[in-house]
Amino acid sequence: MTEIKEMVKILAEKHGRERGALMPILQAVVEKQNFLSEEAMTEIARQLDISAAQVYGTASFYSFLDIKPRGKYVIRVCKSIIAEMKGKKEILKTLENSLKIKVGQTTPDRMFSLLETNDIGWSDQEPSLLINETPYTNLTSEKIINIIHEYRSKN
Amino acid sequence: MGNIIKLKIDGIVVSVVEGTSILNAAKNVNIKIPTLCYHPDLCVAGNCRVCVVEQEGARTLTASCATPVSEGMVINTNTVKVRTARKHIIELLLSEHNSECTKCYKNGNCELQSLAAEYKITNENFIDLVPLHNYTIDNFSPSIIKNNSKCIRCQRCVRTCEQLQSVSALVVAHKGEHMKISTFLEKSLFDVVCTNCGQCIIRCPVGALIEKNYIEEVWNAIYDPNKHVVVQTAPAVRVALGEDLDMRHGEIVTGKMVSALKKIGFDSVLDTDFAADLTIMEEGTELLTRLKKALVENDKTVALPMITSCSPGWIKFIEHEFPQFLSNVSTCKSPQQMFGVLTKTYYAKKRNLDPAQIVSVSIMPCTAKKFEADRPEMRSSGYKDVDYVLTTRELAVMIKQAGLDFRSLPEEKYDSFMGQSTGAAVIFGVSGGVMEAALRTAYEFITGREVPFTNLEIKPVRGMEGVKETSVKIERTLPEWRFLEGVTLNTAIAHGLANAKKVMQNVASGKANYHFIEIMACPGGCIGGGGQPIPTNAEILMKRSEAIYMEDTGMPIRKSHENPEIVQIYNEFIEKPLGQKSHELLHTNYIDRSEK
Repeated sequence: MTEIKEMVKILAEKHGRERGALMPILQAVVEKQNFLSEEAMTEIARQLDISAAQVYGTASFYSFLDIKPRGKYVIRVCKSIIAEMKGKKEILKTLENSLKIKVGQTTPDRMFSLLETNDIGWSDQEPSLLINETPYTNLTSEKIINIIHEYRSKN
Repeated sequence: MGNIIKLKIDGIVVSVVEGTSILNAAKNVNIKIPTLCYHPDLCVAGNCRVCVVEQEGARTLTASCATPVSEGMVINTNTVKVRTARKHIIELLLSEHNSECTKCYKNGNCELQSLAAEYKITNENFIDLVPLHNYTIDNFSPSIIKNNSKCIRCQRCVRTCEQLQSVSALVVAHKGEHMKISTFLEKSLFDVVCTNCGQCIIRCPVGALIEKNYIEEVWNAIYDPNKHVVVQTAPAVRVALGEDLDMRHGEIVTGKMVSALKKIGFDSVLDTDFAADLTIMEEGTELLTRLKKALVENDKTVALPMITSCSPGWIKFIEHEFPQFLSNVSTCKSPQQMFGVLTKTYYAKKRNLDPAQIVSVSIMPCTAKKFEADRPEMRSSGYKDVDYVLTTRELAVMIKQAGLDFRSLPEEKYDSFMGQSTGAAVIFGVSGGVMEAALRTAYEFITGREVPFTNLEIKPVRGMEGVKETSVKIERTLPEWRFLEGVTLNTAIAHGLANAKKVMQNVASGKANYHFIEIMACPGGCIGGGGQPIPTNAEILMKRSEAIYMEDTGMPIRKSHENPEIVQIYNEFIEKPLGQKSHELLHTNYIDRSEK
């Protein structure tokens, strides 16, 4: 049994094999693996006796359940209407220039992924973004460059 | 029965049972409310909103399919508010629907098109959003084409695949404006756990899911003077084809269909029913051989219960979902494939034809048969045993294209050889039919007497119940079958893959102790196949089923082993059931697809 299959089996034993266990299992796999691989989704389906397509259907609904491999740091820029009005475009451009990738892509060193997300609850302090689970608000281009630099130098 | 509820619809007082939807209550008094996502075979979804009505005292319009009646309710189905809303809903659906109607395969048989016609949608109040989307067309499957640009996301297919078939190859994926009907990781239907059953096709209200058609290929073969084109017709086609040609549901059109096929230009019009009789000989013998090995020789390697193998949707399902039971599946090819291989071997020899010249076409109520004919195992003749599989619907198209007035065609008889059949063969088309046909023959083999049922009608295996269980006690056997004396043969019948799954789970857990199981992938059996005329629903299935049994009763011979052409083919060619020739040509093996 592969490592992923083993992990899914343990998760199914922990959360149960009812349909309701699907979400916690998906979240746990993303937490551990950073994304849901084909193998992981197939194995979840097998353990819960549902179709792989059903696992995919659920996973694809949630932007935080990634179905593509992501970098170590996932940057999610808020795309709410307020963020749009407060200069999200500028923020995105700075990020794209600084990381040399476009929205939806991951840097070749697998360090950063750049994504957009729905409102993350900081509408009073837009533009905002999340890096993994940490929010950054009232962003300016300068701030962004510093933040990215900080993350780069962590490694 | 629940309480009776009284309500008023368009001024008419209606009394219906508690729990009835407004939609069905209105139907009772002949008020038609348009629907799209609603389907009588499926759970209510209430997502298209085209069935909205006005309820007095309610702030908003109500989806009539999803709202149960209540006492004193006052409903109006024809108000300015309702009409405007419905019109806007249809317009909004059209704004996201690739309305290339004149170039669409479903042209003339599309529920959205009919609604647009009914509401005379001629203005362009909404922008056409189709060019803004990056829609894909999946045409890799030999059975099904999925065109997302036509999809209106009513989710009938999703509900069908889940509730009736327990396959869930099609699901709702993504959200909001990106929401679409998808497969696992957006793969082709050819590459996922899909059984090709086509139940989604017969419920798709638009042209988003259609069969892959081979009409042009077949016309070209017919027009080619160097080709000898043989056609076989499955049992369930003859009781449904008429529906696509302006005839009543469940009208028996066997003779007219034969006549049409001859006029279209097929060189030989033959009957899959012949191969169904042959299947009974092979499968019946296989069952008795397995029982003998298990009961007399105590052979632990013999797999029981034995399961039927006629339904290619079922075969692909078990290959994916229960591969541990593949040795339980009868090794018999389906009647279509038995017929195909005999066409290019025995028939070719008898008619002095080069098999390379023969084009073998089958008319099937089924889309999975298209996949089956493409399987690499199905080339035992040295050629592709069945070249093209057409559905009942495709045949109806050809009949129309040929300019034939179907209703006025004379009744003609099948050609020979391989055109003769029995009542046992025709009932293959309905759930329980293979079991009944097998019992008629096997019981007589064992006891020398006819099955102990009036007029050979084995009633317990008939009907539309999802899972049917029957036991037959074997008594007063002939000497060579003494080992079966007093044995109670336990059988189960399931139709629709959701029911098949239940039966297999009971077998797997050891809860059930069957000897023989008949499984058909489609609800109702082949009469409800994914290649049958649209619409198909429970009510129509009953009519087709009655027609099949009527056809059986009307046949001069009703037991497979008494078919004179069957006797002859064993004498001249196959020698004996399960013999060497039969193994070479009539039996097959299966593939474990569980990793896919």
